[in-house]
Amino acid sequence: MTAPAPTVATPGAARRHPGRSRAVLLVPAGLGVALVVLPLLGLLLRTDWGSFASNLSAPVVWPAIRLSLVTTLVTVALCFVLGTPLAWLLSRADGRAATWLRAVLTVPVVLPPVVGGVALLMAYGRRGVVGAPLFEAFGLRLPFTPTAVVLAQVFVSLPFFVLAVEGAMRAVDARYDAVAATLGATPLRIFVRVALPLAAPGIASGAALAWARALGEFGATITFAGNFAGSTQTAPLAVYVALQNDPQAALALSIAMLAVSLLVLGMLRGRWIR
Amino acid sequence: MTPAALRPLLLAAAAALTLGACSAATTADTTQAGDDPTAGGSGTVTVLAAASLTAPLTALAEQYERDHPGVTVRLSFGSSTTLAQQISEGAPADLYASAGEAPLSLLPPDAAGDGGRATIARNTVEIATPPDNPGAVADLRDLGDPDLDVVLCAATVPCGKAADDVLRTAGVTAHVVSREVDVKATLTKVVLGEADAALVYHSDVVAAGGDVRGVEIPAADNVFLTYPLLWFSDDPDVVGFADLVAGPTGTAALEAAGFLAP
Repeated sequence: MTAPAPTVATPGAARRHPGRSRAVLLVPAGLGVALVVLPLLGLLLRTDWGSFASNLSAPVVWPAIRLSLVTTLVTVALCFVLGTPLAWLLSRADGRAATWLRAVLTVPVVLPPVVGGVALLMAYGRRGVVGAPLFEAFGLRLPFTPTAVVLAQVFVSLPFFVLAVEGAMRAVDARYDAVAATLGATPLRIFVRVALPLAAPGIASGAALAWARALGEFGATITFAGNFAGSTQTAPLAVYVALQNDPQAALALSIAMLAVSLLVLGMLRGRWIR
Repeated sequence: MTPAALRPLLLAAAAALTLGACSAATTADTTQAGDDPTAGGSGTVTVLAAASLTAPLTALAEQYERDHPGVTVRLSFGSSTTLAQQISEGAPADLYASAGEAPLSLLPPDAAGDGGRATIARNTVEIATPPDNPGAVADLRDLGDPDLDVVLCAATVPCGKAADDVLRTAGVTAHVVSREVDVKATLTKVVLGEADAALVYHSDVVAAGGDVRGVEIPAADNVFLTYPLLWFSDDPDVVGFADLVAGPTGTAALEAAGFLAP
């Protein structure tokens, strides 16, 4: 930051002090790596590996992992079914409405998840805008159910999916659409046969992003869906609660989540993302 | 892999790992509460206290700051168990007020070495319902109705243990839909009308004013919880604030907030 401008601006000066200018970049870069890696190391070092297996079989662990896996997979499927057509339409739209829609869809990305949970309660809660009529007409209650967990996860992760996939679909040359259309393809057929295959890598990375965001979801879930083992207590919630009375079970569950995350990302990397 | 394809992957990895990083405990900082040179002495008193004490301790802290210009009382409220966990992991604290005695077992054995201890209040459990009591809850037995949604604190925090004790004593299996992380979160579900009833402390019902209706539990079925206050140093302001909270002024403020005298 304090390096004189000529060091950067003129190639001659940079050649005279290559070591120093690299160190200027290496220090913040190294600190950045340390900030990410140290907590992960802490997790690994503070885990009692001798009793890891028995901690992993604590009653709180398996229902939470199962619920997390089921709800996040449903969430990713919903993101794909709802988000891909949305991303396709957005990628081919340039009007003011599209700009506004894009902005609105970005809100959950920057919104604190707890606020998202409050918003979900106001909409789908028993006294919510949509929830109250549902409750009065059908006795249907969304909060405190696995459906609420999925709703919270979709709310926070769908924007990640749509933004990633829209970027990939924008990169699909519009002339392919035109060629397909002149050959008589309907818009639906163009979407299925042209856009989907060409944007597949982007869809895969969007799905990975959405899945990771859903798996880590805490604030909106605990605010909107509550916390009950087996029905709404996902792995992050279980880690938080277990930390209060059984830190080693919380650590074991954290390590299990870390392993599942790395496994899925590794599979995605080898399979679809190149 | 192209950089463009790599970026979302890295973002995904980062997002997935956030949780792991969040739950990793402090590893290097072994400073015990009370040894922290920046807490106390310099005119700052750091208080970690049970969520149920929020209103009275905030008022007492403001009073202490008024009476002792230059002194700042920093307050942090949360589940007693989480706070005890944080203290044992090295979080700076001059005083700690817990709901019930159980969380004290999480503190390091020598935590109160240079300080002291007093009992500042007692509390009891009460049923909270929305003001219009949509589930027509009249006593503990009603909580077993499968048509009612009952919310309790997590079994790991004092209000959850107290609620479990009350229900066990009464022989009631409540239709519980959620176990919230602390007593304020539990009460909020009732205030918002999402739950028909919650078991919280009497003081929380008083603090919520007209937002909830309290249904008292007979003493025979109820449990009483004591609130210990621990201080971790002999700094004059730390001891001074402890004396204020444990003294007649503190007791009056706590009673006004719905607590019982110790």
